[in-house]
Amino acid sequence: MTDFLNYLILGLTRGSMYALIALGYTLVYGVLQLINFAHSEVFMSGAFGSYIIIHAVVGDGKSLPWFGVPLVFILGLGSGALTGAVIAWSLERVAYRPLRRRGAPKLAFLISAIGMSFFLSQLAGKLFNRFTNNQFPTYFQQNRRVLSIAGADVSVIQLTLIVTAVLMMLFLDRLVSGTKLGRSIRGVAEDAPTAALMGINIDKTISRTFIIGGALGGAAGFLFGTAFTFSNIMGFLPGVKAFAAAVLGGIGNIRGAMIGGLLLGVVENLVPTAPWNGHAWIGIGWTDVVAFVVLVLVLVVRPSGILGERLGRAA
Amino acid sequence: MSLLEVDGIEVRYGAIKALKGVSFEVNEGEIVALLGANGAGKTTTQKTVSGMLRPSLGEIRYDGKRIDGTPAHELISLGICHVPEGRHVFPRMTVNENLEMGAFRFKRPDDKLQAHVLDLFPRLRERIKQQAGTLSGGEQQMLAIGRALMGKPRLLLLDEPSMGLAPLIVKQIFDIVREINNDGVTVLLVEQNASQALALANRGYVLETGEIVLTGTGRELLADDRVRAAYLGEEIAS
Repeated sequence: MTDFLNYLILGLTRGSMYALIALGYTLVYGVLQLINFAHSEVFMSGAFGSYIIIHAVVGDGKSLPWFGVPLVFILGLGSGALTGAVIAWSLERVAYRPLRRRGAPKLAFLISAIGMSFFLSQLAGKLFNRFTNNQFPTYFQQNRRVLSIAGADVSVIQLTLIVTAVLMMLFLDRLVSGTKLGRSIRGVAEDAPTAALMGINIDKTISRTFIIGGALGGAAGFLFGTAFTFSNIMGFLPGVKAFAAAVLGGIGNIRGAMIGGLLLGVVENLVPTAPWNGHAWIGIGWTDVVAFVVLVLVLVVRPSGILGERLGRAA
Repeated sequence: MSLLEVDGIEVRYGAIKALKGVSFEVNEGEIVALLGANGAGKTTTQKTVSGMLRPSLGEIRYDGKRIDGTPAHELISLGICHVPEGRHVFPRMTVNENLEMGAFRFKRPDDKLQAHVLDLFPRLRERIKQQAGTLSGGEQQMLAIGRALMGKPRLLLLDEPSMGLAPLIVKQIFDIVREINNDGVTVLLVEQNASQALALANRGYVLETGEIVLTGTGRELLADDRVRAAYLGEEIAS
């Protein structure tokens, strides 16, 4: 039981990260019908960007007073989001918009995306370092017990992470369903030429979509870095998982990405560790396998994902 | 002076010339019909006027100013509202949200105008919270027109509003177009349904393979043998 709760909490932590990243994939897919494979590097850039800024402002933070930690956390979240937004915006300008102008085939976008992904990841490796386990100042990692359910401990950072991620998702949901900006994004996603007839600037809307998705991904990079470690190749696996989560929930569907992310995180942590005859049933080494097997199984039953509607433009 | 002057426009899709020098004009307060068979260039003409397509040759003047080449999202702020062929409502938005989309160029949708639009189309009021994709074809056409009205058009471009609709609904929609015109909106109507379009229009132009071949008042065209033969399906003894 204790193990179950511990893994559930770990699953929710990772799942909320996947969900934040998945939103970036799904938002961009909505307006461009394009999988932005470089989004995993937007996530990575958020970790480095926030690390650099935190380091510049507070150093290693050894002499930080107790109330300083939340402030540094907010600083990190903001600078991660800002870095992610800037990188995602530039990505669209450099790698996608020129192709769109020339009416390039979908395959060209895909190659461009993969190229940018390698470029950004290697650039970060060159500029900073290629250590695989950079860490944020240790005060984020204190495993202070805040609450204990049936013996399972939730650390401050895990709780903060889940709560922050959920708040950001609620905010995005309101933004998309209730504001003019959100309506313009949905309009372009449903029918871009008609949205233009309503006075919506398609290029601007696409840029804004990349900025929103990038900010969420960058913030996730910071959060992930505080809970685990970060490196120039940190984006790959969470990126692929988040993409899987977006497909699982129904690509293009915002609530689907949130549900898909949380579900994938929980399942990949609970299933391999489920006890059987006194030890783990499948074994924790199979975590990634389980994640993708679940994806395949769900898609066999519901090819358009959990909340997915039929793909392509509705008439 | 005409509200809209189209002067010798040519439009190409790659190597194919869809319009070969089309010229016509629409005066303020008129209903002008563009008639023609499939592929004659009616929709292309209208898309060029609303900025969805760019002419390779020729000029379009609106209110005396050149507008060809201006993108669609800027033209709507001049009061050119386009109801595209096939209606193109936003299927996953509610009726209310679709109407709000029509008023996107304004800071806020005009509540009084919305009430007026819903008076014109009472069916939409009943379905105000329903997703537009679940509406019938006729209701979607009403929504598409209502949405365009929310943008306060001075020139309303209507592309095949009767397409695929039952005769009774077509009559309703044409009655409403007349009403909209009586409120002072200039209408450029594209139709295959020539008899009803000409009964409504002040003037008409007949397009054939990218060129205007005939022009006249609605009554003249209705009486013209060539129009009757080509578009009204009447056998003419010659």
